Amino acid sequence: MQRVLPNGRPLIYFDNAASSQKPESVLRAMDDYYRRYNANVHRGVHTLSEEATAAFEAAREKVAKFIHAPSARQIIFTRGATESINLVAYTWGRANLKPGDEVLITEMEHHANIVPWQILQEQLGFTLRYVPITDEGLLDLDELPNLLTARTKLFCFVHASNVLGTINPVRELAAAAHAVGARVLIDGAQSVPHLPVDVQALDADFFVFSSHKMCGPTGMGVLYGKRELLEAMPPFMGGGDMIREVKLTGSKWNSVPYKFEAGTPAIAEAIGLGAAVDYLQQVGMERVHAHEREITHYAYTRMTEVEGLRILGPGPEARGGLIAFTLEGVHPHDIAAILDRAGVAVRAGHHCAQPLHDRLGVHASARASFYLYNTPAEVDVFVDALHKAQEIFTL
Amino acid sequence: MSDDLYREAILDYYKHPRRKGHLDAPDIHYHDHNPFCGDEITVELKVKDGVVVDAAFDGHGCAISQATASMLMEEVIGKSLDEIKAIDKEYILDMLGIEIGPVRLKCALLPLKVLKAGAYGLEEWPE
Repeated sequence: MQRVLPNGRPLIYFDNAASSQKPESVLRAMDDYYRRYNANVHRGVHTLSEEATAAFEAAREKVAKFIHAPSARQIIFTRGATESINLVAYTWGRANLKPGDEVLITEMEHHANIVPWQILQEQLGFTLRYVPITDEGLLDLDELPNLLTARTKLFCFVHASNVLGTINPVRELAAAAHAVGARVLIDGAQSVPHLPVDVQALDADFFVFSSHKMCGPTGMGVLYGKRELLEAMPPFMGGGDMIREVKLTGSKWNSVPYKFEAGTPAIAEAIGLGAAVDYLQQVGMERVHAHEREITHYAYTRMTEVEGLRILGPGPEARGGLIAFTLEGVHPHDIAAILDRAGVAVRAGHHCAQPLHDRLGVHASARASFYLYNTPAEVDVFVDALHKAQEIFTL
Repeated sequence: MSDDLYREAILDYYKHPRRKGHLDAPDIHYHDHNPFCGDEITVELKVKDGVVVDAAFDGHGCAISQATASMLMEEVIGKSLDEIKAIDKEYILDMLGIEIGPVRLKCALLPLKVLKAGAYGLEEWPE
């Protein structure tokens, strides 16, 4: 994080919603695995494999405690939140959805929580419906009773929006879904890194998130599921580790979670995620959340000073640590390019949420997203650069 | 206030685009977009004896893509379709007169992609 850009500017990293930076302890944990006990897991009877298996499974335990899952067996390692959602779609979805059924999602979903359901909808013939959002960028809960019915088999919604910043009332949404007999899948990609999450308190049937947005490595993610659901689901991919017995006439599946983890898993990445969880717990998720609220509030206030700047989504009280915005007369790409020259990394585009941008009536937006290591002084540099962007384009 | 990427000419073409809009009954009409950033460009040409006699673009996007499209429309008047087919990346960079990184290069080259697809008479860009 001490990196200086080629133009001599110190780096200010405000693209944490895309991927966070990694602490030393995470890099060391992964390096240590490769240097000292690199071996495959769940197979060998030799020392290295035993050590690797112990570290791999310890990471699963850490993740389970971190999100208050009842058991580490309910933590399935995937490649990321996207794969976790696809896993549910291709296993639970295929086994449970049929024509006449409805899957309800929302207008503020990331493409990862839209496209798998669209693909499955074509194959299975169920109906996909969307909870609209209000102009302020909140879910339109008045519409919920019309959309959430006995036909709804699954309700998928984002915990914290990657564009609006909106933190949804997920516990209430889950309760409403359960009242009509629907299951819920919660996309926690933007919540688990930033605030304390208790999957049992939320009564989530499925809960997904990614490692690389929470100080962990890429290529690693988590699916949490209720035990009885996971037990009843068919496997995802076939291969090693997911079987109990293979005969030429057929195979029997391994128990949960291994049933869903075919092939050699991302061992170093799992260990890295475990170290990231340790790191975040050492800091304390309440503190991470409080710090982000403070910096987001400050950034929100300072950004409103910039003329022609429109913030997408609700006020600072109802949002997580990110602010997407547009600047009149300056395309988001140009905003990002000018900010980059000032040393500030932000994202520009539709942030994998095209339907949401359509709903908001903008082609694209720029987004500043904060994490525990960002400071108010960095926000000042960012806001100064926004003023400069505006000068360049209006003078 | 200036910036090396956003030199005056580019900002001027972005803020006051020339040849933006639509032609009556164009001979060539082609539209494409960059799915990663959402930039969109439509190019329309009127062609007489294989030579462009009128040109217009429409679309939305960043300063680089829109200014490039506008400049390019001025450039192509009087050029034959064969000459248009021969326009390359270097031509665009010379026209813009700036250094461009690999990411923004896509913005600068989108108008050329649309223009050339039109010149070749494509219905759809071959994958």
